[in-house]
Amino acid sequence: MATTSGANILIESLKRADVEYIFGVNGGAAMPIFDALYDAEGISLIPMRHEQGAAHAADGYARATGKVGVTLATSGPGATNLVTGIATAFMDSIPMVAITGQVYTHLIGNDAFQESDVIGVTRPVCKHSYLIKSSDEVAEVVASAMHIASTGRPGPVVIDFAKDAQIHESLFHYPEQVNIRSYKPKVDGHPRQIAKAVELIHSAERPMLYAGGGVVLSNASDELRELAIKTGIPVTVTLMGLGAFPETHPLSMQMPGMHGSCCANYAFTDSDLIIAIGARFDDRVTGNLDKFAPNAKKIHIDIDASCISKNVPVDVPIVGDAKRVLAEMNKLVHHVEIEPWMRQIDEWKEKYPFEYQQKGDKVMPQYVIEQIYDIFPDATVVADVGQHQMWAAQHFMYTEPRQFINSGGLGTMGFSLPAAIGAQFGCPDKTVININGDGSYIMTIQELIPAITYKLPLKIFIINNMYLGMVRQWQELFHNKRYAAVDYHDNPDFALLAQAFGATGLRVERVEDVRPALEKAKGVDDGPVVIDFIVDEEENVFPMVPAGAGLGDVIRGLA
Amino acid sequence: MAEERHIFSVFVENRFGVLARVSGLFSGRGYNIDSLNVGETDDPQISHMTIVTHGDAQIIEQIYKHLNKLIDVIKVTDLTTENHVERELVLIKVHAEPQKRGEILQIVEIFRGRTVDVNPTTLTIEVTGDEGKLRAAVDMLRPYGIRDLVRTGKIATMRGGVR
Repeated sequence: MATTSGANILIESLKRADVEYIFGVNGGAAMPIFDALYDAEGISLIPMRHEQGAAHAADGYARATGKVGVTLATSGPGATNLVTGIATAFMDSIPMVAITGQVYTHLIGNDAFQESDVIGVTRPVCKHSYLIKSSDEVAEVVASAMHIASTGRPGPVVIDFAKDAQIHESLFHYPEQVNIRSYKPKVDGHPRQIAKAVELIHSAERPMLYAGGGVVLSNASDELRELAIKTGIPVTVTLMGLGAFPETHPLSMQMPGMHGSCCANYAFTDSDLIIAIGARFDDRVTGNLDKFAPNAKKIHIDIDASCISKNVPVDVPIVGDAKRVLAEMNKLVHHVEIEPWMRQIDEWKEKYPFEYQQKGDKVMPQYVIEQIYDIFPDATVVADVGQHQMWAAQHFMYTEPRQFINSGGLGTMGFSLPAAIGAQFGCPDKTVININGDGSYIMTIQELIPAITYKLPLKIFIINNMYLGMVRQWQELFHNKRYAAVDYHDNPDFALLAQAFGATGLRVERVEDVRPALEKAKGVDDGPVVIDFIVDEEENVFPMVPAGAGLGDVIRGLA
Repeated sequence: MAEERHIFSVFVENRFGVLARVSGLFSGRGYNIDSLNVGETDDPQISHMTIVTHGDAQIIEQIYKHLNKLIDVIKVTDLTTENHVERELVLIKVHAEPQKRGEILQIVEIFRGRTVDVNPTTLTIEVTGDEGKLRAAVDMLRPYGIRDLVRTGKIATMRGGVR
C-alpha cells in the first residue's frame, strides 16, 4: 500500500466521516492541508474572510443539519481568531471539529513565527483537543474527534496539526470503529428513575414541560410532542430549543425567562412539577434562584450528569439521551386531569401575549419581525445577539426544530451572518433568513463576500435602531440613561454598503415600505439581499425580568 | 452548607495535557486543590492521581461529575466515602547542632522516621504516615528550627480487593 501525506490523510479521513464542507481561512502553517483540498473531490473548502466567520459558518452548518461542522485555520493568529467561534459552539453544545495548523514540531515552544499554544488557549472552551505530531496519528485522531464531537453532550473538538506531520507520509488506514475506553456516554435512562418520573407526572396538579436545546440536539422533537400531547401537559421551550415544540400549538406557552412570555414565567412560579428536558436551568431562564419555582418538584433529563443539580436541586434526575428517555416515558404515560391549571395557563396566555405599542408612524422592530414571519413562515431564521434576537424569538412562531439558530449561551455578536452562510450550505433548499442588528452586523460584515461569491440567496434583514440596543435599554433602565459607547449613528448606509460589496441593498424607513421590500427580497435568488430597516431608536424589549428579580416579578412594559 | 475535605482517586490515560485538563477544571470554576499527586500505575498507559480538595456537598458533587466528564479520565472514586488507606511522605531539614542530635534522633525514632542526610548543622528526616502523624512530627521538630519542609501530597487507595 502506498503512503500519502498527513494532509491527504486528514482530507481522506474527513471524507470517510461524511464531511462535505470545510469552512476556513488559509495561512502558512496550514498550507499543506489547503493544498490537499485544492483538487480533492467529494469535499469542498469554503474560504471565509476571517477565521471567526469560518468557525461560525461551521457552527451554523452543524446547527442547521445536525451534522458535525468543520473549520480550518492556520496557527497563531488564525487559531486565536477561531477561539470565539469555538467558545460559541461549546456553550451551545454544537458538534464541531476545529482544525488548526501548528508550527513544525521542532519549533513548538520556541516562540516561533505565528506560534501559539492552541491546546492551552482552547482548553476551557472545547470538549476535547488533540495535538498531532506525527502523520501516523492523523486518521485515528480524526475518527476520535468526530466521534467525541457528535456523541454524548456534543461539543467542539480541536485538532492542532503540526506542519511537518502534515507533510510526512504514512499509510492511510481509517478505523472502522472508535472505541475510547474512558469515554462511554450513558444514553439510556435508568428504568426506575423513569418510572418514578412517570409516577410524579400522573399525580401532579400543575405540571409543565420545560424543554431546551438538548431536545433539538438529540432530535427528540417528535418524542417531546408525543409526551405533551399524550399527557396534555403545557410546554415552554427555551431560546435554544425554539421549534422543538410548535409555538402555534394550544399547549405551547412559548419561551420562558428574562424576555420570555409572562405565561411561561408565571407557570414556573406556580407549578408543582417541572419536567426539564435537555435544558440547564440557565440564569437567563430562572431569574433569581431563591424565587424560582418554589412549589415545584423537578424531574431533570439530561445527557450531561454535571448539568443536573448544578443550579437547582432536582428530585428525579435521569441521565440519558432525551430521545431515548422520552420514548421510554411515552410508553408509560397517560393523559392527566389538570383542567383548572390549563384554564389558568390559557388565561395568562390570553391576557399577556407578546405585544408592543405602535409609536406614530415609526417602523416598529416587532412589526418588521411579524411581517417577516407572515411572508416567510417556514424559513430558517438565524438571529444575532441583542434586542432583535429577542424580538425574533418572540414575534416569529417557530414550528420545527433547527428553524431558529442563535448564539444563546455565549451571546456572540457577529455570529449570525457567517452562521447563516453555513446553514444555507447545509440546507440549500431552504430559505435562510439572517435577522441581524446594526451593532452585530458590522462585527462580521466581511462574510458578505463569500455569500456573494457563492450566490447564496440569503435574506439579510438588519433591525437598525442606530444603537447597541440591548445595552442602551439597560442604560435607560438601570444607568440613568447614560448612553455610554452605544451610539451607532455613525454607521454607514448598509444598503449602499451592500451594493458596494456586490449584493442587492435596500433601505426601508417607512412602515408602508416594509412588506414590499420583503416581497422584493423573496424574489432575489441569485445572491444575498440586504435590507436595512430603520426602526424606532428607543424601543425596548418587554416583558423583562430584571437581573436579580424572580420570574413572578416580570415587568410587562413601561407605564 | 458545611465544607468538607474529600480525597478523589482518579485513573487517567497517561497522555499529554491530562494534568492541565484536571487542574483547569478546578481553576476554571474557582474550586480549590489542597494537594494533587500524579504517578504512573503498573500499566504505563494509565496514571493515577490523588486529589485532595474541599467544598460543600454541591461543589464536591460537581467536582466528581466534572472529573468523570473529562475524556481522558477512566475512573473516579471519592475515597472519603470508602474504606481506604492514605499516606503522605515529608522530608524535613531540621537545624541540628551536634549536642541536639541525640534528642532529634529520639523523636525521629518515635515517629518511625529515617534520617536520610546529615551534615554538621542539619539533619534531613523522612517521615511517612497520615496527616495527623506528619503534623505531630513537624510540631515536635519545629522548636529546633526547620530549614526546609517538602511534602509529597497525599496518595491513597481503597482497602481490600481489586477494583
